[in-house]
Amino acid sequence: MTTFADSLATALQLITSLDTELVAIVGRSLAVSTVATLVAGWLGLVLGAWLAVARFAGRGAVLTLLNTFLAVPSVVVGLVVYLLLSRSGPLGALGWLFSFKAMVLAQALLVLPVVTALTRQVVEDAQMLHGEQLQSLGAGTGLRGVLLAWDERYALLTVMIAAFGRAVSEVGAVMIVGGNIEGFTRVMTTAIALETSKGDLPLALGLGLVLLMVVLLLNALIAGLKRWRQGRESGSATPALSGVGL
Amino acid sequence: MNAAAPPGGVHGNLFALRGVGVRFGGARGVQALAGLNLAIQPGERVALVGANGCGKSTLLRLLHGLLPPSQGQLSCPSPGCQAMLFQKPYVMRMSVQANVALGLWLRGTPWARAKAQALQALARVGMTALAARAACTLSGGQQQRLAMARAWALAPQVLLLDEPTASLDPHAKREVEALMHEFAQHRPAVTLIFASHNLGQVKRLASRVIYLEGGRVLADLPVADFFAGNLLQTHYPAAHLFVKGETL
Repeated sequence: MTTFADSLATALQLITSLDTELVAIVGRSLAVSTVATLVAGWLGLVLGAWLAVARFAGRGAVLTLLNTFLAVPSVVVGLVVYLLLSRSGPLGALGWLFSFKAMVLAQALLVLPVVTALTRQVVEDAQMLHGEQLQSLGAGTGLRGVLLAWDERYALLTVMIAAFGRAVSEVGAVMIVGGNIEGFTRVMTTAIALETSKGDLPLALGLGLVLLMVVLLLNALIAGLKRWRQGRESGSATPALSGVGL
Repeated sequence: MNAAAPPGGVHGNLFALRGVGVRFGGARGVQALAGLNLAIQPGERVALVGANGCGKSTLLRLLHGLLPPSQGQLSCPSPGCQAMLFQKPYVMRMSVQANVALGLWLRGTPWARAKAQALQALARVGMTALAARAACTLSGGQQQRLAMARAWALAPQVLLLDEPTASLDPHAKREVEALMHEFAQHRPAVTLIFASHNLGQVKRLASRVIYLEGGRVLADLPVADFFAGNLLQTHYPAAHLFVKGETL
């Protein structure tokens, strides 16, 4: 208990004093996950919206595969990316292994199925309810997907936040493809694993607390977004999005 | 099997259905419509009546091109010449004006011009003051009037309405009904085809009544004949029971 209390006190001191090493790790971690979420988010939103409205042979099989990817362990994604980027792999010539880019690629592949599957579900639900009316107004398949995704933008923003949460909190993939190199590819989760194994509990605990705060902040964002949206839709909100274009 | 007819249609008919059927879910599915032979001419105000599940909504969707016929021959104006109002209109999370403009934009009008035309359409339904408001904050009746404005802006030859007042309070019902009436009055060429359970509304708005049961047309009469008890009782007993409220 004393060890925990001491470690906690030291961890809080590291956070409040903005310890250089801790800040660097946190910054790198947030940068990797933000870029990965943006890359996967862009692709996943388009793919998910298209899957929601498109009808083609084999669609059921594609959806089953997509849902299967939702449960792929991060170490497996890390292993696949490692094999792709290793010197003898098909993308070995890029020289990305053990770099920031490799970690971004691994996290993007990890969250892509999450964004795609959840976007598909959100847009397909909207399509079931309103797709016929948009079709009646003259919207073709692709445009229906775009309009419904735009109309469900608050729900999709929540999807993006959840995807970021998944990316920032995973350890297996970035450990394998990043190599946990100090000052270069060390991120919060890999640092926690390393410092714990070394017995440097204060730094591990400090990073753990920051990670917890990041996740807490994300949840608060989701809850706030939900409340704001409910406020708008119950009539207490500012008028319209007419200035936005659509 | 499905062909878009020129304005005015074949032999003056806007819609022509010959032996048309709609089946959902393949051979073991449900026959929603069967053996329909109908001709609808420009300017008619046709009411579709019948119990729940009789095929009114399916017929409207078929006429609007949202469903293909499974059997028979169908000739109808292109969906671009039509507008359809649903029981619960879809309003997007944007302003009332943008919602109306969207319909025009989807049919090729540039956005800036669509927004200007949307204001004119909103004026016709008395919603100018609400143009900048978020559409999802409107009441059910206001949303239906928005949908009316959206249809109005499209200047359709045919207006299809699927129980447009079913979920509205009496006041909102009257407002929407007045707009439907105005729609028919101001544009003599517009053809109204609407599904309704409200027989009073049918009496007030329709010139012709089609009674459906089990996906088939059992009676197709001018409105005065449909509500003349003797004719219906003698020749169309099922429709007579429906009008009396005795059909299950």
